[in-house]
Amino acid sequence: MQSKMKESDPILEVENLSASTDNLPILKGVSITVYPGEIHAIMGRNGCGKSTLSKIIAGHPSYNITNGDIKFLGENINSLEPEERAQSGIFLGFQYPIEIPGVSNLEFLRVSTNARRKFLNKEELDTFDFEELVKEKLELVKMDNAFLSRSVNQGFSGGEKKRNEILQMALLEPKIAILDETDSGLDIDALRIVASGIKKIANTQTGIILITHYQRLLDEIKPNYVHVMSDGKIIKTGGSDLALELEKKGYEWTDNYIKQS
Amino acid sequence: MVNENLVKDVVKEPYKYGFVTDIETEKIAKGLNEDIIRLISQKKEEPKYLLDFRLKAFKKWQKMKEPDWAGLGYKQIDYQDIIYYSAPKQKEKISSLDEVDPKLLETFDKLGIPLTEQKKLTNVAVDAVFDSVSIATTFREELAEHGVIFCSISEAVKNHSDLIEKYLGTVVPASDNYFAALNSAVFSDGSFVYIPKGVTCPMDLSSYFRINSGDSGQFERTLIIAEESSSVSYLEGCTAPMFDTNTLHAAVVELIALDDASIKYSTVQNWYAGDEEGVGGIFNFVTKRGKCLGKRSKISWSQVETGSAITWKYPSCLLLGEESVGEFYSVALTNNLQKADTGTKMVHIGPKTKSTIVSKGISAGNSINSYRGLVKMGTKAAGSRNYSQCDSMLIGDQASANTFPYIKSQQPNSEIEHEASTCRISEDQLFYLQSRGIEFEEAVSMMVSGFCRDVFNQLPLEFAAEADKLLALKLEGSVG
Repeated sequence: MQSKMKESDPILEVENLSASTDNLPILKGVSITVYPGEIHAIMGRNGCGKSTLSKIIAGHPSYNITNGDIKFLGENINSLEPEERAQSGIFLGFQYPIEIPGVSNLEFLRVSTNARRKFLNKEELDTFDFEELVKEKLELVKMDNAFLSRSVNQGFSGGEKKRNEILQMALLEPKIAILDETDSGLDIDALRIVASGIKKIANTQTGIILITHYQRLLDEIKPNYVHVMSDGKIIKTGGSDLALELEKKGYEWTDNYIKQS
Repeated sequence: MVNENLVKDVVKEPYKYGFVTDIETEKIAKGLNEDIIRLISQKKEEPKYLLDFRLKAFKKWQKMKEPDWAGLGYKQIDYQDIIYYSAPKQKEKISSLDEVDPKLLETFDKLGIPLTEQKKLTNVAVDAVFDSVSIATTFREELAEHGVIFCSISEAVKNHSDLIEKYLGTVVPASDNYFAALNSAVFSDGSFVYIPKGVTCPMDLSSYFRINSGDSGQFERTLIIAEESSSVSYLEGCTAPMFDTNTLHAAVVELIALDDASIKYSTVQNWYAGDEEGVGGIFNFVTKRGKCLGKRSKISWSQVETGSAITWKYPSCLLLGEESVGEFYSVALTNNLQKADTGTKMVHIGPKTKSTIVSKGISAGNSINSYRGLVKMGTKAAGSRNYSQCDSMLIGDQASANTFPYIKSQQPNSEIEHEASTCRISEDQLFYLQSRGIEFEEAVSMMVSGFCRDVFNQLPLEFAAEADKLLALKLEGSVG
C-alpha cells in the first residue's frame, strides 16, 4: 500500500532542518517526508523540539532556519510569510489556540476561509453563503452556532478551543495539517469528537502530522509512521507499533537508544 | 524583532488631506489685543452684547495662566504670532451655492464632502467651515420646514439673536479655562443648531471644519439647543493641510438638552498630526460640554480621535435634570510623537442620573495616549449610577498609555463602577491570524477594529464605516 502512495509526489519534505531562537539551537537536523494520504505521528519528551518543528513549518517569525530546507509541493518555502504558507494549504493546529478579544469568530473564520479560497481561485463567500458553509462544518466537531458570535477563542474551554481548531481545518481544507498536541487537555468524549473530525477531513490527497504524547489519540487515528524526537533530532522512525512500544517502555527506552547510537 | 518593525511600517500612513487650497484670503494682522477683538466683532457686524461678551472674556484670559497640569510638554505658544481672523475672499452676500468660489467647493469635494446640489450627501445636512468662516450649509429649506435651524453661528447672531444671547456661554462660561476664555474672546465661526419642541430632526446634521491657512488659529464655536422632547444627531469632521508649524485649534462646543430631549454628538477628528519627527501638526485644545437641563434628557458624545499633534479635550456632561443620561464613547489613536490627553467629566447633580464611559486608547510609535476622566456625584444625586470602562492597546514597545480616573462622591446612595485594562498586540496573536492566511496588515487592523467595536457600535451608520476606514488607513500602509 505504501509503495503505491509513493507513486505520487510528496506534499511536504523537511530536509536536514536546523533552527534556532535567540541563538539557541532547537532543531539539529530533522528530516521528514509526507506523501498524500499519509498520517505521521511525532512523539517525544517536552522540550525535544516537536512544537518548534510545527511552528517553523508554519512560518513563525521567532525562529531562524540555520540549515536545511522545507519544501511544500516541491517548492522551497523557507522564506514565505506565514499567511502565504497558510493560503497555499499548510495548516497548523495550535497546542494553545490564541485568544483574540473583540474579533468575532465568524468574521475571523470567514476572512481566513476567503483568503484560502482566493488562493485556490475559488469565489470568495459573502456572509450569507459563508454561514451556510460553516453550519455544515460545525456538525463535524459538534459545535453550536453560539460559538460563531463569540470572540475568537475568548473564554472558550480547553476542549472548545481545540474543536475550534478542527473547525478551521475543516474550512481551510489544507493539503497538510500539523496538529500540535490537539489531544492534550481533552476528555474522552471530546477526544473522540476531535479525532472523528480529523478523520472526516483527511483523505487520500492530504497529509497529516500528529504531534502527541499519548497513545490514546493514535488509537483513534492510526498513523502510518511514528517518529520519536529527542534533543532536536528524529532518533527513531517506525510503524504504528512503535508508539505502542513507547507507551510500554517510556522515553527512557529511547534515551538508551541514543546512548547506543 | 521582525514583526515589531513591520508594525511600525504599517502604522505609517501618509496624511491624505494635507493639500493647501490656493485661494485669496482676507486676513487681519497678527496679534491679540482689544482692537483686534473689536475688529473681528465689527467684521461680523455683531450686536453690542456679543462684543461685551468677547471683551470680558479677553480681560479674564489676560489674567489667566496657560495650564500645564497635563504635562504635555509642547513648545510655548506665542499668542501674538497668530492671525485670529482669516476668510476666503468672497462676494459680500451669497444667496446660493452657485455663488460660492468653485475652489472652495472643489476643496470640500476633495475632502469627500460634496456640497453642490447634484452631489451633496443625501441623508446628511452639512455646514462647511473654512478657516474662520462658514462657507455653506446644505438642506436649509428642508430643515426649515420642520422648524429646525441649522446655520453658521455668525448667521444665528444676526437672525436668532435672542437664542444666542440666552444660551451662549451658559454651559462653558468664558472664565471656564484658559482656552475657553481665548475662544470666547476671538471665536470666528462655527455651527448653530436649534431643534424646536417635539421635533425629531429628519436627518443627521454635520459640520466639517477645514483649517487652510498655516498661520491662523481656528476658534470655532458650536451651540446646539434641543427643546423639550426633541432629538438630533450631529456629526463633526476635521482636517488640515500639512505645515511644519503648529496651528492652534481652540474650539468651544456647548450643548443644551431640555426635558426628554436627546443630543448625540459624534466627532471624527483627523487634523494633521505632524510628521514622524513631530514637526508641525495641530494643537487641538477643545472644550466640549453638554448640559442635561431637563428631566430624562440625554447627551451622548462619541469621538474617534486620530489626528492632531496634541489633543487635549474632555467632552463632558452636566447632569442636572432628574433621570438625565450622559454618555461618552471614545476611540483615540496616537502614532509617532502624537500626544492625546482625552476623557470626560460626568458631573451628576440631579437625582437618578446615569452615565456611561467607554474609552479605548491605541498608542503606536513613540506616542503618549492618556485617558483622564472625572466622575462626580453631588449631594443631591441620590440613586445615580456611573459605569466606566477604559481600555488601552499598545502597538510596539515605545508607546505609552495612561489612565487617570478621578472619582468624587458626596452622595452615599450612588454607584460608581470603574474597569480598566491594558493589552498589547502580541506576536502570538498576529502569528495565529497569519497562520490562517490573513495578511499581516489585515490582522493588525482586525484586532484594532475588534478592540474598538464597543465604541464603533455607538457611531451613526455613516460615521461608523468612515471611522473604521480611517483607523484602517492610519494602520495600513497599502490601503487607500
